[in-house]
Amino acid sequence: MPLVSHATSVPVTVDEDKCIAEKGCTVCVDVCPLDVLAIHPDRKKAYMQYDECWYCMPCEVDCPTGAVKVEIPYLLR
Amino acid sequence: MTYGPNVTEVETDILVIGGGTGGPMAAIKAKEKNRGLRVLLLEKANVKRSGAISMGMDGLNNAVVPGYATPEQYVKEITVANDGIVHQAAVMAYAQGSYPMIRYLDQLGVKFEKDGAGEYNMRKVHHLGTYVLPMPEGHNVKKVLYRQLRRLQVQVTNRFMATRLLTAADGRVCGAIAVNTRTSEFLVIRAKSVVLAAGAAGRLGLPASGYLYGTYENPTNCGDGYAMAFHAGAELANLECFQINPLIKDYNGPACAYVTGPLGGYTANNKGQRFIECDYWSGQMMLEFWRELQGGNGPVYLKLDHLAEETISTIETILHSNERPSRGRFHEGRGTNYRQRMVEMHISEIGFCSGHSASGVWVDEHAQTTVPGLLAAGDMASVPHNYMLGAFVNGGIAGETAAAWCAEQPLVGFDPAQVVAEQQRVLAPTLRTDGFTANEMEYKTRRLVNDYLQPPKVTAKMRIGQERLAEVREDLKQLVARDPHELMRALELQSILDCADLAAAASLYRTESRWGLYHMRVDHPHANNADWFCHSMHYKDPNGGIAHRKRPVDPYVVPVADHEMGAYHELRIPVAAE
Ligand SMILES: Cc1cc2nc3c(=O)[nH]c(=O)nc-3n(C[C@H](O)[C@H](O)[C@H](O)COP(=O)(O)OP(=O)(O)OC[C@H]3O[C@@H](n4cnc5c(N)ncnc54)[C@H](O)[C@@H]3O)c2cc1C
Ligand code: SF4
Ligand code: SF4
Repeated sequence: MPLVSHATSVPVTVDEDKCIAEKGCTVCVDVCPLDVLAIHPDRKKAYMQYDECWYCMPCEVDCPTGAVKVEIPYLLR
Repeated sequence: MTYGPNVTEVETDILVIGGGTGGPMAAIKAKEKNRGLRVLLLEKANVKRSGAISMGMDGLNNAVVPGYATPEQYVKEITVANDGIVHQAAVMAYAQGSYPMIRYLDQLGVKFEKDGAGEYNMRKVHHLGTYVLPMPEGHNVKKVLYRQLRRLQVQVTNRFMATRLLTAADGRVCGAIAVNTRTSEFLVIRAKSVVLAAGAAGRLGLPASGYLYGTYENPTNCGDGYAMAFHAGAELANLECFQINPLIKDYNGPACAYVTGPLGGYTANNKGQRFIECDYWSGQMMLEFWRELQGGNGPVYLKLDHLAEETISTIETILHSNERPSRGRFHEGRGTNYRQRMVEMHISEIGFCSGHSASGVWVDEHAQTTVPGLLAAGDMASVPHNYMLGAFVNGGIAGETAAAWCAEQPLVGFDPAQVVAEQQRVLAPTLRTDGFTANEMEYKTRRLVNDYLQPPKVTAKMRIGQERLAEVREDLKQLVARDPHELMRALELQSILDCADLAAAASLYRTESRWGLYHMRVDHPHANNADWFCHSMHYKDPNGGIAHRKRPVDPYVVPVADHEMGAYHELRIPVAAE
């Protein structure tokens, strides 16, 4: 069957003013157990690429600049 | 031997699969036993923050500390809580290793609660004995483990997901195949011994919210370990004894028994009344919980609003900062404050997990599975009610057994056709451009698990479930993965489907009810000790299907009198006559 994409909200937000990924930081991407964060190839900032989150928070707690904010996924709120 | 451009082959003495809790301890103890051994720790995520204890832990649920309990008392309690179906020698090995492991972790820098005199501050939660040791500052467990892995020069390989074990002509394990979750590169690892510590099968049932990753277990633990053991020919024990936990409604955090219980919190019905004597998680407790939900007295609540402000803020600090720190945000979002009203609770999705119940790959007291050279520990191994300390102790035992095995056994070869076949299986979804996605196939599988397999278990429903799951299996021919991340999910889906088939077959095999809600069979409502006082063993038959056999319960090392065996069946508080 053919595939389509549909939009969904993601529970993790990165404050791009605080994120220092362009200086080489990848901490949040490294620690996430579900591997759902990535560095955006154009913007050079971290972002949530997949809505597959356990809201466990290593990304937020380990970020050196406090750029990451984890919220509860909408379906469980 | 080369298999193509995307395959690297490495050699080690001991391969540990899963770098969560039990896996790191297996690697550490193997190295401590023999520093000359090469030990490779393979992890799907990143060892620094992987597994159930990724953020730390609130406490030890099952600590056997001198002065509070003896190993014999603990073995008895766990035997009774499991309706007698336990391999006591393995529970005893855990109980005896419990206190030395606490001392070891303490010495490495893990913080446990102590009183003014420096003694461990033990709390009573179980029905009979005192086994809970709080860790209000338990966030550093992973850091401590990581430091020790570095110190002992364990080789850590992150972001590789093991997909199948390699076996030699004589049936022994001799390595594994793994796939990089970001590049889809293959790694073939040759090893003398393999320790499986890949956690629970936590993505089996679907949480009531419908969110695939809103599971009680860390969703990386999707049952890969169970599936790999099954395909390598290992026997899996008592899988029908599902894991089902009492959680905050819609939030996958545990709450009641271990943290709030010792401080005066309890489970209450919609009248604010206590209905179970003991909040320790057992099948019997879950049955009473379920009955209350069904019987018109639900919802069931976590009751804290009667406690003093000081106590509530202590509870808040622990629950909102340690193992599930997003809990505070969840409550905030709903305007829930422990001080003002009770918090709604619910029953979790089903899973396999020995850490909390008794469904796991069979292991003896040396952590040995039924496949030579293959060890297992933690949530996926059959030692019941293991929890975190069990993963550490049995992981340590597995590491020592593996080291001893390596001292005597050579590295053996395997038929390269195994690798080629596995490459084809793994890569098949990447060769398609249309079909079904892993996400939708996973949703469907887990929705079927909820509809047909979760207790109360009804024979006719489980048979329909099997038919529908077989249709999903047919659809694997159309599974699509467009990039390495989707491929990881596609492989996970296949483990989930294997576990769903095992859950159905195992539940149908045991024609009695046992372990409270965990195996409540409506068509066979009573326990039948004459025919079923045994372990049920599930394994792969020569045609790839699921075979079963009974394994007698070994003679107890700690005798339990008949009148003691029923203790966990008397958990309901009788309603006072009006
Ligand atoms: C929310 C929660 C709260 C808990 N609270 C307590 C508590 O307060 N006290 C207590 O004693 N116990 C508690 N437990 C139980 C305890 O944490 C577990 O029993 C224990 O940590 C299990 O250890 P493990 O090594 O088996 O699994 P884990 O620590 O989960 O490790 C499994 C590892 O295997 C990896 N893995 C999975 N598949 C693969 C694969 N194919 N290839 C490579 N790696 C793979 C995973 O990424 C993971 O890192 C809790 C559990 C949960 C989920
Ligand atoms: S850890 Fe923080 S600073 Fe580093 S990449 Fe992630 S968001 Fe950016
Ligand atoms: S909360 Fe956990 S799962 Fe979600 S993005 Fe952060 S680290 Fe990953």
